[in-house]
Amino acid sequence: MTVFDVAPTVAHIEPSAPPKPPHKPLLQLFFGDLIASVLTVSTGFLLILMIPALNWAVLDAVWATDDPSTCRDGGACWAFIAAKFRFIIFGVYPPDEQWRPLLVMGLILAMILASLSPRLWGQRLIAAWIACVAAMLTLMWGGVLGMAPVPTSSWGGLPVTLLLALLSLGLGFPFAVFLALGRRSSLPIPRMLSLMTIELVRGLPLVGLLFVASILLPLLLPAGWSIDKLGRTLAALTVFAAAYLAEVIRGGLQGVPAGQIEAAKALGIPGWKAVWHIVLPQALQKVIPPLTNTAIVMVKNTSLVLIVGVFDMLSAARVAATDPVWSAPYVESYVFVALIYFLICFGISNYSRWLEIRVQSRSYR
Amino acid sequence: MTVNNLNAIEVAALDKWYGSFHVLKSIDLNVATGERIVVCGPSGSGKSTLIRCINRLEEHQRGNISVNGIPLGDSVKNLDAIRREVGMVFQHFNLFPHLTVKENCALPQILARGKRRRDAEEMAMHFLGKVRIPEQADKYPGQLSGGQQQRVAIARALCMTPKIMLFDEPTSALDPEMVKEVLDTMVTLAEEGMTMIVVTHEMGFARRVADRVVFMEAGQVIEINEPAAFFDAPEQESTRRFLANIMH
Ligand SMILES: Nc1ncnc2c1ncn2[C@@H]1O[C@H](COP(=O)(O)OP(=O)(O)O)[C@@H](O)[C@H]1O
Ligand SMILES: [Mg+2]
Repeated sequence: MTVFDVAPTVAHIEPSAPPKPPHKPLLQLFFGDLIASVLTVSTGFLLILMIPALNWAVLDAVWATDDPSTCRDGGACWAFIAAKFRFIIFGVYPPDEQWRPLLVMGLILAMILASLSPRLWGQRLIAAWIACVAAMLTLMWGGVLGMAPVPTSSWGGLPVTLLLALLSLGLGFPFAVFLALGRRSSLPIPRMLSLMTIELVRGLPLVGLLFVASILLPLLLPAGWSIDKLGRTLAALTVFAAAYLAEVIRGGLQGVPAGQIEAAKALGIPGWKAVWHIVLPQALQKVIPPLTNTAIVMVKNTSLVLIVGVFDMLSAARVAATDPVWSAPYVESYVFVALIYFLICFGISNYSRWLEIRVQSRSYR
Repeated sequence: MTVNNLNAIEVAALDKWYGSFHVLKSIDLNVATGERIVVCGPSGSGKSTLIRCINRLEEHQRGNISVNGIPLGDSVKNLDAIRREVGMVFQHFNLFPHLTVKENCALPQILARGKRRRDAEEMAMHFLGKVRIPEQADKYPGQLSGGQQQRVAIARALCMTPKIMLFDEPTSALDPEMVKEVLDTMVTLAEEGMTMIVVTHEMGFARRVADRVVFMEAGQVIEINEPAAFFDAPEQESTRRFLANIMH
């Protein structure tokens, strides 16, 4: 006889799995309580109200036409988008050279895909981005390697929107880190300078900042100096992004316990390396949602550059719709552009959710 | 004893204030190379502040500190040299939560000593083996128990090959069943001859490991004695009261 003789009684116990939550009947799901019922009824109404819009956008829509002037008689004129697609995407960039902005967008997409996994984040990736941005600008400008020169005044459409968003966030980010660190510094001068910069920029509307950059700045610069209009616009967007990012990053820095810096000091890690490798990564992880928010806001803010005459995607769509051959298809233009903005912002938003889940999975507390 | 010619740590007439609060009052303490000191005393008596002054996590206002003959002053070079000699373990571990256990041990070597990654990781695995958790190397600190985290913290400090180790209540944030695994690690370290200052209320550890026990109260060193004398025949009335309190 061994102790194992006892085992059979133990074996009778059913392996226990957590009980499955019972399926709610559909009726209860939609009308279970007051709030659910109200939501169900109002959603239903909204859907009914949207039927005309659906008719307009799909059922009565014209997808191809021989007669642009009657295209909009029934529903939406998507034939217009098909005809103006290249113009809305590339603006007034010379048609024969449009493979260049197309390549630029391909590069941006490839680099973004390559940067998704935090595993690859590091100095090498930053170097790759700098090289790629240089390549993109060269492609856009031309004038070398047999490519015809294209001045920035002829750039337009989606590549301009993407470049402005990417560069203002990318260039604004390091500034934002310095501003955030400066604002938390124990030295009075960096602290005051950071505080003043942040508050000044945040106190101005972006439109005002764009006007200052595009109209006032050329007047203020000494004679003989000139900065390209697109460059000035980018500078304004960058400063704006930096101020907002700085406050977000500062929030993250406050959430990193003092013990982290103490441990780094005790280990003899030099101050700036401790900030870069220990404090900043933790600070940024804590503020993924507001960082995402700022990124999305900046993507959409780039559309304001149309006010100072930079030809971004929204400007291109507006100009396309003024073509007298077509019967003023503004709504179709704006819906199309809105869709592109939505796809970009929705992508950013989904990515940030994925990042957050990844960060949370590092701890089960 | 020639070893004792050079004290590992010399603290002389040390005074420190937090604002107007006099937290350390004229402290004198010499620690010989290879010596194990346990510091105890009621909460708020300045124990943490004292050992944090030794590697300049806190700045003192008066008096002198030197570590292995290097004076601690305003010289950045000396401070770097002292932090090379001294490792520290904190009450709340202070591991880097965004790095894996192995990275926690390897990255400081790369950042502070310019070591190559391969060598740093080899060293990390060596000391993780010594604290008996090499199998956790690829986990994140948040996925470990408190006792495991504190052992990682000890391994991380040891990776910098310090000659002196400071421990600030290393077991007081742990659940009772995890205290032993951390104390065992510290005993092993003591047996290998590491110079140690340990702030702790684990009196069993003090009796077994300490060469001398320091009792502090209200920013002053009240009594320094060998463990047997300290526990069985304390000289000062306040030491007796403190011991009666923590032994129940
Ligand atoms: N940064 C600080 N600023 C002001 N007072 C402090 C600070 N750190 C500690 N103190 C005070 O100094 C005293 C000693 O603290 P500490 O050295 O942590 O004591 P112990 O470690 O013995 O519990 C306590 O009264 C504490 O409130
Ligand atoms: Mg303490």
